[in-house]
Amino acid sequence: MLSATKDFPDWRDKDSPANEGTVSSFYIEKTEDLTKVPNMVTAVLADFRGYDTMFETIVIFIAGIGIIAVLRNFDEPHSSSIQRENNDEGGGLLARFTCSLILPFIQIFSLYVVAHGHHSPGGGFQGGVMLGASYILLALAFGLSKAKERFSERRTMIFAAVGIFIYVGWGVLCLLFGEEFLDYSALNSILPGDAKMARSYSMLMVEIGVAFTVTAIMFSMYSNLSTRGRLSKGL
Amino acid sequence: MDPIIATFIEDNIVPKFNYWIYVILMMIGLYAMITKNNLMKKLIGMAIFQTAIILFYVSIGVKDTAGIPIISHHGSEHHQGATVHSESGSSSEEVSPVKVKNNTIDKDKYANPLPHVLMLTAIVVGVSTLGLALAISQKIFKSFGTLEEDEILNKLRPGSQ
Repeated sequence: MLSATKDFPDWRDKDSPANEGTVSSFYIEKTEDLTKVPNMVTAVLADFRGYDTMFETIVIFIAGIGIIAVLRNFDEPHSSSIQRENNDEGGGLLARFTCSLILPFIQIFSLYVVAHGHHSPGGGFQGGVMLGASYILLALAFGLSKAKERFSERRTMIFAAVGIFIYVGWGVLCLLFGEEFLDYSALNSILPGDAKMARSYSMLMVEIGVAFTVTAIMFSMYSNLSTRGRLSKGL
Repeated sequence: MDPIIATFIEDNIVPKFNYWIYVILMMIGLYAMITKNNLMKKLIGMAIFQTAIILFYVSIGVKDTAGIPIISHHGSEHHQGATVHSESGSSSEEVSPVKVKNNTIDKDKYANPLPHVLMLTAIVVGVSTLGLALAISQKIFKSFGTLEEDEILNKLRPGSQ
């Protein structure tokens, strides 16, 4: 494989086949024309390659369900509540205080990353991971049971399903308005602005759906993996 | 240094060092996945392998003159729209060259967005597979008491217990 590297284009070569290709050039030159979104990565992710991202979100959802199916232990419902009182204290005073200071900022910033993802670096996956990480931090500092009070297991799965529902439902809505699945320009009659702005707003909706699912599945993954499915006590 | 080695490095390694790093990382991951006996080490190898692929794709999209793939003059969008209208109404000589330049997008100024998008997908799928693999290995540890592959195979063999 190392001997084959001399056939590859040089690093930073702007005329390499991958950079000169028609697909990449199309994305770079037409993204703002067609969708009014300056962040090409988000535009390609949520609009031009909408199917890809949709099934990617479904992959995360299936992984979350798979972890629950493999690990979740539904036995001993009352012994867990006893353990909760005894063992689950989380981190020390310093960790609790620091986390209570920075958690709101993390969450607000992650919401900003989701909402502003089509104008600046960011998007549903990134913001969703940050929001999920903020809940994981809460679980680490204050104990998993406290985090579970805020974001219970039931609510986690509902959030994940709602995320998928928003994404797929938005695609079906385009279908109902007489265009192809996930062709957002069909929605310009119910969204402000013209068809291009409709694509921009639709990207925001789709990213919100992705963020819902990613947040929920991240926290679900952590809470299941760190407790071996018993959900009684964090790390 | 030997001039032959020096020219080799200059011609083959320096302009293509990203591929060298990617191949080396990938081989480390493959080695760990094939030879290690512990399932957790295999998973680490898999993660390294995925990282190598991500490095490969992202380094393909790099251009010498490019910045991030976000169009930078988006804030003056309405302004541009007004310019276009006046252009169609009156003579087109009044439009300053700066604005004309703003309206066309030079594709050498933006990094290739396609590898970034593909790798965003790959990272997410990697996280999903890693999480599921960790869950399964926890289950294996619960039922076999070990994560060493040969011990698990010994316990699986009929008549060993």
